[in-house]
Amino acid sequence: MTHRQRVQLFLLLTPVTVFLGVFFLIPLGTIAVYSLLTPGLYGGVEWSFYHWNYGRIFGWADGITEVFEPVYLHILLRSLGLAAATVAICLVLCYPVAFWVAGLAPRWRMLFLFLITLPFFASLIVRLYAWLLLLKPSGLLNTVLMGLGVITEPLDILYTPVAVILGMVYIFLPFMFLPLFASIDTLDRSLIEASGDLGARPVQTLLKVVLPMTVPGIVAGGVIVFIPAVGNFIVPDVLGGAKGLMTGNLIEQQFLSSRNWPFGSALAMVIMALVLGVLLVFSNRARRAGGRT
Amino acid sequence: MPGPLLEIRAARRSFTTPEGRDFAALDGIDLRVEDGEFVTLLGPSGCGKTTLLRAIAGFEQIDDGVIRLDGADIGPLPPHRRPVNTVFQSYALFPHMSVARNVGYALEVRGVARKSREAAVTEALAKVGLAQFGARRPAQLSGGQRQRVALARAIVAQPRLLLLDEPLSALDRNLRQQMQIELKDLQNRLGIAFVFVTHDQEEALTMSDRIVVMRAGRIEQAGPPREIFRAPKSRFVAEFIGETNLLPAVVRATVGGMAELSLEGGQVLHARADSLRPGAKVVAVLRPTDLAPAEQGLAGIVRRVIYLGADLHLRVEPEGGGGEIGVILRDAGRVPAQGERIVLGYDPARVHVMEAGA
Ligand SMILES: Nc1ncnc2c1ncn2[C@@H]1O[C@H](COP(=O)(O)OP(=O)(O)OP(=O)(O)O)[C@@H](O)[C@H]1O
Ligand SMILES: [Mg+2]
Repeated sequence: MTHRQRVQLFLLLTPVTVFLGVFFLIPLGTIAVYSLLTPGLYGGVEWSFYHWNYGRIFGWADGITEVFEPVYLHILLRSLGLAAATVAICLVLCYPVAFWVAGLAPRWRMLFLFLITLPFFASLIVRLYAWLLLLKPSGLLNTVLMGLGVITEPLDILYTPVAVILGMVYIFLPFMFLPLFASIDTLDRSLIEASGDLGARPVQTLLKVVLPMTVPGIVAGGVIVFIPAVGNFIVPDVLGGAKGLMTGNLIEQQFLSSRNWPFGSALAMVIMALVLGVLLVFSNRARRAGGRT
Repeated sequence: MPGPLLEIRAARRSFTTPEGRDFAALDGIDLRVEDGEFVTLLGPSGCGKTTLLRAIAGFEQIDDGVIRLDGADIGPLPPHRRPVNTVFQSYALFPHMSVARNVGYALEVRGVARKSREAAVTEALAKVGLAQFGARRPAQLSGGQRQRVALARAIVAQPRLLLLDEPLSALDRNLRQQMQIELKDLQNRLGIAFVFVTHDQEEALTMSDRIVVMRAGRIEQAGPPREIFRAPKSRFVAEFIGETNLLPAVVRATVGGMAELSLEGGQVLHARADSLRPGAKVVAVLRPTDLAPAEQGLAGIVRRVIYLGADLHLRVEPEGGGGEIGVILRDAGRVPAQGERIVLGYDPARVHVMEAGA
C-alpha cells in the first residue's frame, strides 16, 4: 500500500469507526462497567466494585446485601423461549408465502412486497393497541366467534402468553419474510424440476433440495427476528399483562421505576451473552448443515 | 408387434402472450419414438422443442391430445411418477450435494439401500468417465464434467426414455464434437431411447436415428438423417439442414424416371424423379458439395472464390442468369480464378425436386 492509499483508507474508515465507537462501543462499555458497580441509594451508581448484581441472577448472593431470586433466570429463559417460538412461527408462516410470492408475475409481487411493509407506516404502539381491542373479551374476535356460535364464552386470550406470541409474530413477520423471500427468489427453479424429474415426491424435494438451499435466508430471518424478540418489552407490556413479564420489561423496570441501573445493566449483559451463545451454536449448526454431503 | 415406446398424438399447448393473445407453442404434434431409438428434435429458436420435451417430462400440461408411454396415458401423471429422466440445458445439478450424491439422487428418493446405491453410482460415474470425481462438488467441475454428471444422474435409475434439452450447447466446439460421439456410444450401450433437442443441424445429422424438424409448433418433416438431408419436403427443411441451392424451375419433360427441368436462366437441369407433370413449377435442391467442375452440366461464371483450408467455396453465376449457385469443392485440384467460365457437373440422382411453394 502506498502512503497515499493509506491516507485515503484512513480518511474513508474514520467516519465509520467514529460512528461505531460513539453509537455502539461506548454504550456497550458503559453498560458493562455499570453492571459491576454499586447501585446508588436513590438511583445512579457509586463507583465501587460490586459483583452482587450478577449474584442476584445466578445465585451467589449472600442473602444479606442482595438476595438470590431464581425468578430472574426463569424470566430470562422464558424470554429466550418466547423469542424462539416467535422465530419458529414466523418461519412456518412466511416460508410458503414467500414461495408463492416468488412465483407471481412481477407486478403482483411488487404489490405484495409493498403490502408486507405497509405496517411500518403506522406506529407500533397504535398497532398493538389495535390487537388489544381485537382480543379483549368484548372485542372483535370474540364477538364474531360468538355470533357464529363457535364459542359460547368469550375466549380469555388477552394477557396470556398466547396474546404475547400473537403480538410478537405480528410485529416480526416482515423481518422474517424479506430475507426468506430474497433467498427463495434466487433459488434456481430448475433444481426443483430436476428433483421431481428424478422421482422425488414434493415433500422430498422440499426437504432435500429447497430447504437446504434456502438455509441462508432461514438463518438471516431467524437472527433478525430472534435478537430483537428476546429484548422486546412493548408487546408483553401491552398484551401480556402482569404475569407476562419478560426480560425486556425487567430491564426497563430496573432502569425506570426501580432506578437500579447496575442491576439492569447486569441483566442486559446476561441476556446479550445468552443471545450470542445461541447464535453461535445456531450458526455453527447451519454451517455444518450447509457443508454436509 | 409391440407398440411404440412413446406416442404423442395431436398435442397442443397454448400460452397467452402479454398482449393477451393466444399463441400455440405446440400446434398439433404427432410423434412416435421406438424403444432404443435416438430421435432429435431440430428447429429454430422458439419452435416449441423445449415445450414438447417439458410436456413429455410432465412439467408442462398439454391442452389437447394424448401422450402415451408404453401404451399408458401419462398425461395425468406428475413428473416424479413418469419413468422418464431429463438432462437439463443448465445441468441443474444440486450445488449443495457432492457429485456422488447428485448421481445417486434418483435412487435415494426411491429408498434404495445405501450399498446398492453406491454400486450404481460408481457404475454410472464410470460410464461417463468420472469415476474419480464422486467426492467433489459440482462447483469444482468444468462445464464438460458437469455435463457428464448430469448425464450419469439421469441414467442411474435406468429410465425408459431420456430427454436431453440442448445438453451440448454450453460446451466449446471441440468438446462438443467429442461429447456427440460419446453420447451416441453411451446411448447404444444403454439401449435407452433418447429424445434430444438441438438447433444445430450438424449435431442432429451426426447423432440421430431419426430427425424431427419442427417449425412454429408443428412437425415439418420427420425421417432418418439421410432422408432429411437428401429429400427435404420443403424449402424450410432444405434451408435449415445445411447449405443448399434452391433453384426454381419448370418441368419440361419426363422420360423413364428422368426429368428435364428448365431453370430460370434457360439452362437445363436433369433430375432423377418420378411422377412429375410437365409444365409443373418446381424447386430443384442441389447441395453445394454435389457440384464439381466437369465436361457437361451447368455453365456459369465464377464470381467469388473463398478458400477455407480443406474446402474451397465458389459462388457461380449461371449463364443466362437466375441467382448465384454455391459450390463447395473438397480437395480441388486446380483453384478456379475469379471471372473464369466454369461448367459444373452433377449426379442427376442427387438432384432433389420438390414442389414450388412448399
Ligand atoms: N411459460 C411460457 N409462457 C409463455 N410463453 C411460453 C412459455 N414457454 C414457452 N413459451 C413460448 O413458446 C414458444 C416455444 O418455446 P420453446 O421454449 O419450446 O422454444 P424452443 O424451440 O425450445 O426454443 P429454443 O431453441 O430457443 O430453446 C416460444 O415462443 C416461447 O416464447
Ligand atoms: Mg429450448
